[in-house]
Amino acid sequence: MEISKTQYKRCDVIKVEGRIDSASAPQLYEEFNKLLEENHFHIVFNMTDVSFISSAGLRVLISTQKNCKRFNRGELVLSNVPENIKAALDLAGFTALFKIFDSEVAAVGNF
Amino acid sequence: MKTLTFPGSYSSLVKIGEFVTQAAKSIGFDGFELYKIETAVDEACSNIIEHAYGQENIGDIVVSVVTDLEKITITLTDFGEPFDPKYVKQPDLDADLEVREDHGLGIYMMKQWMDVVIFDTNQEKNVLTLVKYLKD
Repeated sequence: MEISKTQYKRCDVIKVEGRIDSASAPQLYEEFNKLLEENHFHIVFNMTDVSFISSAGLRVLISTQKNCKRFNRGELVLSNVPENIKAALDLAGFTALFKIFDSEVAAVGNF
Repeated sequence: MKTLTFPGSYSSLVKIGEFVTQAAKSIGFDGFELYKIETAVDEACSNIIEHAYGQENIGDIVVSVVTDLEKITITLTDFGEPFDPKYVKQPDLDADLEVREDHGLGIYMMKQWMDVVIFDTNQEKNVLTLVKYLKD
């Protein structure tokens, strides 16, 4: 799993390439936490190159969303979600908990 | 039947996934159906490491795959603590974010995406059988 980060004026974008499973999920959680520690609570997670996500990865998203939304200080939104991953999010009942954008530009523009 | 034994560590997950999806592909599974099998096996093996063994590198996971013209049968065996999914709470998928529990999701996904999920536990080992049928 490769993680890249881009900082914009109003939000940060995190992009992952590869599998998010029990082996790699802690690394992703750490990256999100680094942003939170810097008081960056508006985050776009671009999932275009995510090939697989297990419940360990879904748990990272839920916990990060909880932390971002605390005190109404921000939000984690998703963009470019591949079909298989979208199906996993649907199955887990996550689509009600995250805004999902078709493009990174639209997601960044949301903030 | 093909059988391989993997160390019970999260770094085995990719190899176990490849082993199982390769067999599934050989009888015609593809796309999203293949993704469902990969997910179920990943969740099952993660549970074995986390719950039956309690942590990584305690014991092995034995993975057996049997295919025929209509289905794939995957058997995962571990030698850890007896695991009874009855005691894993069902996730509440409609719960608000603040009260959303983050456990139980793996077993739920496994059950939704495979046709048969059977946990069999005795004092020596846990055997989980997963079956998925090729749809016509």
